Amino acid sequence: MKPIYFDNNATTPVAPEVLDAMLPYLKEYYGNPSSMHTFGGQLHKKVEEARARVAELIGADPEEIIFTSCGTESDNTAIAGAVEVSGGKRHIITTRVEHPAVMNFAKHLSRKGYRSTFLPVDSLGRLDMKAFADALDDDTAIVSVMYANNETGVIFPVAEIGSVLRERGIIFHSDAVQAAGKILLNVKELPVDMLSLSGHKIHAPKGIGALYVRKGTRFYPYVIGGHQERGRRAGTENVASIMGLGKACELAKAHIENESAYLSALRDRLENALVKNCPDSRINGDTENRLPNTTNISFEYVEGEAILLRLDEHGICASSGSACSSGSLEPSHVLRAMGVPFTLIHGSIRFSLSRYNTEAEVDKVIELMPALIKDLRALSPFGKKI
Amino acid sequence: MWDYTNKVKEHFLNPKNAGEIENPDAVGDVGSIVCGDALKITLSIDKDTNTITDAKFQTFGCASAIASSSALTELVKGKTVDEALKITNQDIADYLGGLPKEKMHCSVLGREALEAAIANYRGEALPLELAGKLVCQCFAVTEEMIRKVAIENHLTTVEEITDYTKAGGGCGSCIPEIEKILKDIWSVKAPEETPKKPKKLTNLQKIALIQDVLEKEIRPKLQADGGDIELIDIDGNSVVVALRAMCVSCPMGGVTLKGIEDKLRELVSEELKVVEG
Repeated sequence: MKPIYFDNNATTPVAPEVLDAMLPYLKEYYGNPSSMHTFGGQLHKKVEEARARVAELIGADPEEIIFTSCGTESDNTAIAGAVEVSGGKRHIITTRVEHPAVMNFAKHLSRKGYRSTFLPVDSLGRLDMKAFADALDDDTAIVSVMYANNETGVIFPVAEIGSVLRERGIIFHSDAVQAAGKILLNVKELPVDMLSLSGHKIHAPKGIGALYVRKGTRFYPYVIGGHQERGRRAGTENVASIMGLGKACELAKAHIENESAYLSALRDRLENALVKNCPDSRINGDTENRLPNTTNISFEYVEGEAILLRLDEHGICASSGSACSSGSLEPSHVLRAMGVPFTLIHGSIRFSLSRYNTEAEVDKVIELMPALIKDLRALSPFGKKI
Repeated sequence: MWDYTNKVKEHFLNPKNAGEIENPDAVGDVGSIVCGDALKITLSIDKDTNTITDAKFQTFGCASAIASSSALTELVKGKTVDEALKITNQDIADYLGGLPKEKMHCSVLGREALEAAIANYRGEALPLELAGKLVCQCFAVTEEMIRKVAIENHLTTVEEITDYTKAGGGCGSCIPEIEKILKDIWSVKAPEETPKKPKKLTNLQKIALIQDVLEKEIRPKLQADGGDIELIDIDGNSVVVALRAMCVSCPMGGVTLKGIEDKLRELVSEELKVVEG
């Protein structure tokens, strides 16, 4: 059974064009770009071409792009580097709804004598800008705020935050892993110093990421060794995946506006129908400022893992913020930070779409979901309260 | 992705005895929607024989919580109240061919509901493990509950307690108290170990013991999954078996054989090898 894949914020299928762009570098062109001989050395030029494409997606200059192994490495590098160059400043500001790649790194630094502030959000998942202003102090080494949230798709006011920080000379990093390639973003107009990207969220393979570092930003490498990436990230280049990421960024850039319209129409069709046809359901997050491909819906009185596994029977892939599906007993930290009641968090389901989803697939979910929810509610001791 | 047995999936997708008995003789209602698991069980009991004639459940929870509830209702039907009280959370898990260790609390919830229902039938107060003072506020778990589950399942670490009761899995502030309780339990009483394997066996003793382990430990589990095993021969340390029905086509056949071998090595002799005949 071909899966109906609505879990694209977790990972995406590799685009066929991306795979084609990669294959030669897994086969005949296996050289090392650092070699002196032509066979290897010629790949250096290819890597630089890919770098230019990644830069183009976000309006950066190619030399501002560092290839990494993943979004997490980009995030860790940005924060560790900022702390390293900050001249003894010991305060890190981030949010309560960050991805673990940032949140757990900040917590890790907290255990090493640094101080971390986790900014709250409101019930729609919007950042508390007053808390942000209050948290800033002369000890602040870096502020790291995600561009868009992976669970709800809510987009943060990165431009507004950046202009405050620029005035104060504080380094600003944004984890744009979910946003890049889905919405237009241009670092020429955006006062951000560092930005993390990930390949596998935009139809490149897993194991490749990038970190944008604005010219003039103080920087310290995280992976230390050889001179690759102009001394900013050691390790022999993952040439094939870099070629894949270059192609994926080129595709995203070329189609971003059409795709955004296509995805938001598809998402809205799904969301409106589910909320209309399933009683006691509601959308989590600010629908005014949201990624076009994401919807997070809570179905009250049912548990998320049960919903996911019933969907799984039909080959439908989604994800949930419930405790049971997370591998820990703690339900989604994002929905908890938003103050969503536990009864609704346990029944939260995220559908995240990509260009490869079709209206027919959406309609299949629309057709199945109301009966599926009704069936699980009939099993539930709380079902009667509907 | 949880590694659920086919039996768990079957009881999740087509639960047995879902619903509520009208005018039940016993009701057990445990857990809460906030904790993420809640189970209400209703029983019909023949007052003359104290036999449970019908059982139904309503569960809010994940696949393994629903499957555990379904299993519980199947297990109690036809049993007397006293017999039903002997059902342990491990029995529920075994009935389902096992649960992932992080999901054992689903089987514990089932047992709790049964105890609450029987207390309700007998007009008794809730047992202390349900009504006592809370250790874990996040998931409403009492000290008595932790003690009982720890002793019955030979749990020695906080992680195991969390897997079985959820206690300590929320804010974590009760972890020191759980450690204290565990220390208290096991400083008095060493955790019971699985039966020690005998030192030196004669060939006949060995054959008898292998047959016994296959019969009591292994066959019931395979049969629960619709499979079976037959002992064909014992040649020195080679145990030749034939797997039947479901197990033959099962892609996990290798694992099953390996599992049988591990069990036999544990309970009979390290040197045994299991081969398919």
